Amino acid sequence: MILIINVCKEELHYFEFVRPIEKIVQKEFITKHYKELFKSDLEKCDKIIICGTSLKDNEFMKDPSFFNWIKNFQKPLLGICAGFQLIGLVFGGKIRKKTEIGFYLENFREDFLGIKNEQEVYHLHKNYIDFSPSKDFKIFSSSQIPQAIKHNQKKIYAVLFHPEVRQKELIKNFLKVK
Amino acid sequence: MKLAILFSGGKDSVCATYLAKEQGNEVACLVSIHSENKESYMFHTPSIEQTKKQAEVMNTPLIIVKTKGEKETELLDLEKAIKKAIKDYKIQGVVTGALESVYQSTRIQKICNKLNLECFNPLWQKDQLELLEDLLEKNFEVIIVGVFAYPLNKNFLGRKIDKKFIEEVKTLKEKYKINPAGEGGEFETFVVNCPLFNKRLEIKKFRDYGENNSWRRELII
Repeated sequence: MILIINVCKEELHYFEFVRPIEKIVQKEFITKHYKELFKSDLEKCDKIIICGTSLKDNEFMKDPSFFNWIKNFQKPLLGICAGFQLIGLVFGGKIRKKTEIGFYLENFREDFLGIKNEQEVYHLHKNYIDFSPSKDFKIFSSSQIPQAIKHNQKKIYAVLFHPEVRQKELIKNFLKVK
Repeated sequence: MKLAILFSGGKDSVCATYLAKEQGNEVACLVSIHSENKESYMFHTPSIEQTKKQAEVMNTPLIIVKTKGEKETELLDLEKAIKKAIKDYKIQGVVTGALESVYQSTRIQKICNKLNLECFNPLWQKDQLELLEDLLEKNFEVIIVGVFAYPLNKNFLGRKIDKKFIEEVKTLKEKYKINPAGEGGEFETFVVNCPLFNKRLEIKKFRDYGENNSWRRELII
């Protein structure tokens, strides 16, 4: 069972940021809003995907204690955009301002969930995470700000861009992570 | 939330309006860009004048801004229209019917960001055939008002999106890589009736313009 976590403040954003992920996952998933998450949801699932939200929506960052569970989570986890920022914050990264909207070329130094070399990725964010205070993550992207990271010990992956737009296979490959 | 819909009168923007309302938002106004350039990169053009009639049967105010439709300057006209919606209707966000076009969505996201508005794209990444099937299920009556790719031709103008049509575009998709929802600009649509309308629009007359695989129908309602 895959647990898909919706972080959107506005219900209408579900269609834009959560539903495309559900369509890629296709089967055996449940979707929950982060404010309605129980310990049992985290125990029952095999993997988690934390979805993104709109440029203007920062509600999910107001109370990061909703996401303290990430620190001790031992199963595969993928964070997308807002999910990336939350994972970074939980592990001691610092939030920084940078707005990127639309297609950007990104060079992946090493294979990241099947994505490698130069790729056009879709961005929609106003913040990024400075991982320099944390030694827990390896950065797979080469642009100035971290775009694709993996925890050194755990199966925690995160991307600042939206793979559901042009890198659907990244999400499919995450589903295969044991 | 008080929202403006970027409204072309086609199936995508009307469906986006439907979803915005269904999720409890207030549709404060529709914003329609009337482009003089029939090959606009941003805006749907056939039968655009008839958005006035759709707005009437939706009991919703309509802001119309005319544009020469030149690449990038048409974006300034769009921004002008959205600013008017902020001033006149105090909108807090904008809704689009973008499915796949990164060109369109990037530009609208940037305008919303600049004007500090929420941006909603409820059809984003939606499967094209699934959208057509959803429209049938929701009792949308949609007709074709423009075709712009081989092997589509004049005979498609005025056709209703029904089960037979969906089957046909499935075949065209496999054979000619025609995008089944027409978002690649292969065809353009007009909504004649849907649950948001208080009555069905009756087409009184129409005129067809074009040649070969590029045709548009201007409706008079």
